[in-house]
Amino acid sequence: MTTTSTADVVVIGAGIHGCSTALHCAQRGMKVVLIEKDHAGRHASGVNAGGVRQLARHVAEIPLSNHSMDIWHRIADLVDDDCGFVSDGQVLVAETEQELAVFRERVEDLNLRGFHHEELIDAKELRRLLPAVAETCPGGVVSRRDGAAVPFRATQAFKRKAVALGVDLREGVRVTGLTRDGAQWRVETAEGDVLAPKVVNAAGAWAGRLAASVGEPVPLEVIAPMLMITGRVEPFIRPVVILRGRKLSFKQFANGTVLIGGGYLGRAFPDENRTELDWDKLSQNARTVWELFPVMRSATIIRAWAGIEARMADEVPVFGPSAKHEGLFHQFGFSAHGFQLGPGAGSVMAELVATGATNVPIDGLRIQRFQTAASA
Amino acid sequence: MNRVTDVSALKEQYDLVVVGAGPAGLSAAATAAELGLSVLLADENPAPGGQIYRAVTTTPVQRREVLGEDYWRGQPIVQRFERSAADYAARTTVWTVGRTELMSGGEGFEVGVSADGQARLIDARHVILATGALERPMPIPGWTLPGVMTAGAAQIALKSAGIVPDGRVVLAGCGPLLYLLASQLQSAGANIVAVLDTTERGNALAAAGALPDFLLSPYLAKGLKLMLAARRKLRFVGGVTGLRAEGEGRVKQVVVERGSARETIACDMLLLHQGVIPNVNMTSAVGCEQVWDEQGHCWAPKLDAWFGASVPGISIAGDGAGIGGAESAALRGEVAALEAARRVGRIDEADRDRRAASVRATLARAMRGRRFLDVLYRPAKAFLAPKDAATVVCRCEEVTAGQLRETTRKLGVQGPNQMKTFLRCGMGPCQGRLCGPTVTEIIAEERGVAPAEVGYYRLRPPVKPVTLGELANLPKTEAAVKAVCR
Repeated sequence: MTTTSTADVVVIGAGIHGCSTALHCAQRGMKVVLIEKDHAGRHASGVNAGGVRQLARHVAEIPLSNHSMDIWHRIADLVDDDCGFVSDGQVLVAETEQELAVFRERVEDLNLRGFHHEELIDAKELRRLLPAVAETCPGGVVSRRDGAAVPFRATQAFKRKAVALGVDLREGVRVTGLTRDGAQWRVETAEGDVLAPKVVNAAGAWAGRLAASVGEPVPLEVIAPMLMITGRVEPFIRPVVILRGRKLSFKQFANGTVLIGGGYLGRAFPDENRTELDWDKLSQNARTVWELFPVMRSATIIRAWAGIEARMADEVPVFGPSAKHEGLFHQFGFSAHGFQLGPGAGSVMAELVATGATNVPIDGLRIQRFQTAASA
Repeated sequence: MNRVTDVSALKEQYDLVVVGAGPAGLSAAATAAELGLSVLLADENPAPGGQIYRAVTTTPVQRREVLGEDYWRGQPIVQRFERSAADYAARTTVWTVGRTELMSGGEGFEVGVSADGQARLIDARHVILATGALERPMPIPGWTLPGVMTAGAAQIALKSAGIVPDGRVVLAGCGPLLYLLASQLQSAGANIVAVLDTTERGNALAAAGALPDFLLSPYLAKGLKLMLAARRKLRFVGGVTGLRAEGEGRVKQVVVERGSARETIACDMLLLHQGVIPNVNMTSAVGCEQVWDEQGHCWAPKLDAWFGASVPGISIAGDGAGIGGAESAALRGEVAALEAARRVGRIDEADRDRRAASVRATLARAMRGRRFLDVLYRPAKAFLAPKDAATVVCRCEEVTAGQLRETTRKLGVQGPNQMKTFLRCGMGPCQGRLCGPTVTEIIAEERGVAPAEVGYYRLRPPVKPVTLGELANLPKTEAAVKAVCR
């Protein structure tokens, strides 16, 4: 027999975003039910590259990202675990003078808007930060507070702290329907319904279906970004390296293993929780490393994988209250760069749920942007 | 058989790719090729035979009695394959098998192969994984010392190079292979000072129920002969409850516990073995569902009557499908190949069934007595999940049994996949082959649940390491070229 329970807020999806929102809501004294169809961190939150990056973000995301970065730098105070977070900076490498000129414009534009986390660097400083980079690179941009963390460990830490604060986590439970019931939302599951005045849709790759089911369709594509990791090589690089012209993100861990990514996509099968790799694309990915870091040529690839993730048409997340319904909030579509945003987005979302407002600018992230486009 | 030494000489697509040239792979490849399928058999080793018939065409050990008559049964299996029209790629690793849309239409597989520093992707309509078994890890204190190795490794050295260990040799553990190796090494002139048997006393009683079936089994005479030979000629110590390898820089002695009794035996080499289990790395990385085999106390792929896995188009034959031994491996390879031939349209269902009938009858006989062996030689708990906190379990990342137990308790870890992210166990180059079974046992013991509930590592390709250089220089497949032109 299934029973109906009640809560102040139901969070759907226990990725880093759902766990963080649940944790922050619990901190505010709310009774929280967190529902996850698999287990916490099973998909994008658990298997991403772990980049904690303010560098090269869309302007609309920067306030949320800044807020999040403050939390990352004191992450152990929040979740009682350092989440493997290390801050050695991230560097966007310019491969040509033309690229460097584009980067210069970007940094100047950010400075005018009052953002100073990105810093243009010349060839000399680039070589100082990345001695192994190919000599042809003329400079780049550094964001010195950036770094990387261990994704599944971080998500688990948020989950554990949320549960410790009283969050009712239900793993292996799938939401089968979301309907209005008087002033409440009825969140339907096979294990019983939950009634609550507030619901947060943090369902990742599956969030688009949920939004569509309540009349808010969004252009969400389910993608499977691929990553690979090498065996141990002599430590030669500390910051995370990213490129603009070609796809690459590159990070060496303290133990010597090197994570290679950059957003090449495999195939996603969200209904089967399954991904398939595309080795032709991973070959291009390896080729970029082969050219940029000759020292890596004889490294062995020991694992490659892909996670299931949601990408919005404009690659900017959907974050904020529903445009149609009282008490419904969206937090999804992080388009393969949501891990760093998790801690801050949860904090801001909890504020929105509790008070209806926040001082952190999120206007560029609202779901309205798609509905306006659709009705126009 | 057509030997292909350069991966660029392989075809773009095969009806069937068989991975592994042991008895299952050889028979599968030969059967399929005889039915007219285009077949590639890829294998890591320089010569066919797999582990059981390793180097059967090339071994320097020519006194037939050293390796025993069963070993030489591999010769006709290899010869049949050599007469077939299959392509054979030796010294070739298969590092990935992934599901894909074939250029020729329909669902199929992309198979990543590598030889001589050259990697290549080829297409297959059907894949038979005959990747065999591996030895169940036996993590005792001191098992990482030089001079301690597995019995299987010693047997490889004997078969492929005629190498017999110098000095005083101790064998320890349980299972038929331990006695077989003891008798093989002794015939080859090794100085075996003791065979330490860790089989639990209670197992014999538990196995008694399966005895009638075993009495009809082809194993019986062979097994008895081995056991008697080992007992007669060697110092045989039964009822061993604890083992510790000791020495500075290399093994010097092994400390043996039998209940409260304790004895120290000096040795120069310690060979450990506690049975074989299916190698699930490749099958799991392809996405085939695995189930816990209670009788064999191991994970094994879920299979249908034709050895088809949960992924349509993947079949698993030989010990990789569940331990059955060499004779059954060859027969299972044939059955799997018949279904592959049906699936690609070479024979119809009736033809498949007709051809399979006699093979199945022989197979049933070959599988007789398996349960008796499994129950009799079920490893003792103490050797599955070491109590000694300092014993290394994951050798690649140097994770100890104590760390695994503490992390399970403190962080509420449910299974091996969570454990990886906390301790990195199973994330080194061996992809968990040496620690996976032990990690499962330890978590199960700490949580007080069955291993089946704990699960196993979710494995990722490449199943065998491939270099960044090989990957970067992968020839563009037809599909990739077309994607660019579009």
